[in-house]
Amino acid sequence: VKQLAIISGKGGTGKTSLTGAFIRLAGRCVAVDADVDAANLALLVPGKDSAWRSFEAGRRAVIDSGRCTECGACLDACRFEALGRGESGVESDSIRCEGCGACAQVCPEGAVSFRPNQAGSWTTRSTRWGTLVHATLGVAQDSSGKLVAHLRQEARRLADRDGVDLVLIDGPPGIGCPVHAAITGVDGVVVVTEPTEAAIHDLTRALTLIDRFGLPAGIILNKADLNATGARMVETVASMHRVPLLGSIPFEERLPALLGRQETGLEVDGVREALLACWRAIGQVLGSGTHRTREPLTVATHDGVSRAAEGSS
Amino acid sequence: MRVAVASGKGGTGKTLVATNLAWSLAARTTGVAYVDTDVEAPNGHLFFQPDFTRIERHAVLVPTLEGGRCSGCGECAAACQFGAIVPRAQGVTVYPELCHSCGVCLRACPEASLREELRETGTLRRGHVRDMGFVDGTLDPGEVRAAPLIHATVALAGGAEIMVIDAPPGTSCSAVAAVEDVDLVLLVCEPTPFGLHDLELSLQMCEALGLETVALINRCDVGDDRVRALLVKEDVPLLAAVPFDREIATACATGVLASTRVPGFASIVDGLADYVLEGRGRRIA
Repeated sequence: VKQLAIISGKGGTGKTSLTGAFIRLAGRCVAVDADVDAANLALLVPGKDSAWRSFEAGRRAVIDSGRCTECGACLDACRFEALGRGESGVESDSIRCEGCGACAQVCPEGAVSFRPNQAGSWTTRSTRWGTLVHATLGVAQDSSGKLVAHLRQEARRLADRDGVDLVLIDGPPGIGCPVHAAITGVDGVVVVTEPTEAAIHDLTRALTLIDRFGLPAGIILNKADLNATGARMVETVASMHRVPLLGSIPFEERLPALLGRQETGLEVDGVREALLACWRAIGQVLGSGTHRTREPLTVATHDGVSRAAEGSS
Repeated sequence: MRVAVASGKGGTGKTLVATNLAWSLAARTTGVAYVDTDVEAPNGHLFFQPDFTRIERHAVLVPTLEGGRCSGCGECAAACQFGAIVPRAQGVTVYPELCHSCGVCLRACPEASLREELRETGTLRRGHVRDMGFVDGTLDPGEVRAAPLIHATVALAGGAEIMVIDAPPGTSCSAVAAVEDVDLVLLVCEPTPFGLHDLELSLQMCEALGLETVALINRCDVGDDRVRALLVKEDVPLLAAVPFDREIATACATGVLASTRVPGFASIVDGLADYVLEGRGRRIA
C-alpha cells in the first residue's frame, strides 16, 4: 500500500478540492480526512456513513466538592490555569485541563478523580471510489494528532482488508501536531501552494518539515495564473529545495459552485488536463521512496465517468 | 481591548482583515498592536516589514535525568500522561517533544533524579511599524506544541491597549489559545460549502468559550447565501461583506495592505475599526 499525504502550510490553497479530484482520478483508494478540526472532504465524496464512533483520548480532572477543603494546593500545582475557585469550591475547567494529574498528586484529601475525555468522533463512508475515513474533533480539543493517527491506522487496515493499494490523506494546514501525524510514515507528500507571498513563505516551512522527516515530496501550484511573479518564485523555491514542481492548475472562479455540486474541476476543460498531469506526476513522487521498490500506480482517466485505466495494481 | 480575527477554515482572509484592521485602528488611536498568533504559518510580517526591537527564543520546560540517582523504578513513566517518559531495562528515556511541561514526573520521582531544563520551540519578535506595535511568534519546523508559544506571543504584546490578534485556523487547542481571553471575535467567513461547514464549527467554539462574536463575509459574491442565513439564524452580527476584487487579491499576493490600494476596501475596514472602538453591539451591515 502506498500512502500519499497532501498538505500546504497555508490554509485555503486547495488541498481538499485537489484531494477530491485525485480520489476520482485514482478510481479506487482509501481516503483519510486528516484536517480533523475543519474536516470538509466528506462534502466532496458522497456516500453512506457507518455509525459514528466516539474517540476517547486522555482524561479530565473532576474535583469532589464533598471532599475538597479548598486548601489551594492543586491551584499551585496546575500549570495550565485549569483550576479556579468557584461557588462549589475548587472547579476544573475542562477546556484548559490537560489531564496531567498534578492536582491529584498534591491533593491531601484525595478529592481529585478523572473522567475519560471524548476528543471527537469518527466514521467510515463507503463511496463509489472506495472508503473515506473521516472524523470531527471536539471543539477546543488538544488531541488532533492522536485522532489523525487513529484514522490513518484504520485506513491502513481497510486498505489491507480490501486489497486497495493507495491511501490518500487530505492533510491539515500548518506544520504542527496534526501535520506530523498526517505525514509520519507516508510514501510521499504533495504540498499545494498558490502564487502569493504568504503561501510561498508557508511552503518553505512545510518543505523544511518534510525534509526533516526525509520524505519524497512534490509541489503543485494551484491558482497558478493569478500572479506571474509568485509563480516564478514557486519555481525558485522548488529548485532550491530540490523538490519537483509536479504541475500547475489554473484559477477557476466557478470552483465554489462546482464544489457545491460535489464536482472538483475535472468537469472543466483546461482544469481537467492540468489535474490529470499533476496526478500522473504524483506517481513519480510515490515511486521515488528509497525504502520501497517502485510499483505502477493505478490511474484512471476521467471522461465523465471515472474508470480504472492505465497501470496495474 | 482584544479582538481576535479567526476562522475555522484556512485561507478565508484572516490575515487580510487583521492586518488592515490593525493599521486602520493605529491611524486613529494610540496603543494598537497587531499580534500574529498563527505560529505554524505566520504571514503578517510580510505586510508590514516591522522594525524589531526585541527578538527572543521561546522555550518550554522539559524533564531531564540528573546523573546517577535514577533507580529505574518507572514511577515517572507511570505518572506521565503523554507518553514522554518510557521505562527501560535500566533507567528511563525522555522524549521531550511529547512533553506537556506539567511537572508531574518530577513530583513522582522518589529519588529526585529529574530536573527541568528549557527546550526551545520557536521565536518571538516584538517591534513596531510607525506607531503601531507588532508582535509575532514562529514555531520551529519539527515542533508540535503551538499553544504555549501562542500564549507567550499574546503575553509579549501585553502592554498594548488594543490588540488585533491574527488567530490560527481551526477550532482545536491552537485556535482556542489565541481567542480564549479576547473581548471580541471577528470570524472571517467564506460563502462556500467548506466555509459554511467550518463556520458552524467556529460558532460552536465561540459559544463553548462564551465569547462575543461578530462576522465578516469575504469574497461574498463567489458562493451562495447559506453563510449569511446561518449568521442570521445564530444571531451573529454581520459587520461587513467584501466582494471578490482582483485588486485586493493582487495586493494580498504581493504583501501590500489592500486598504492602501483599494478605497472601497479601506472604507469597509474603517467601519470595522469604528465598531471595535465605539460601536460594539451595533450592526453596520
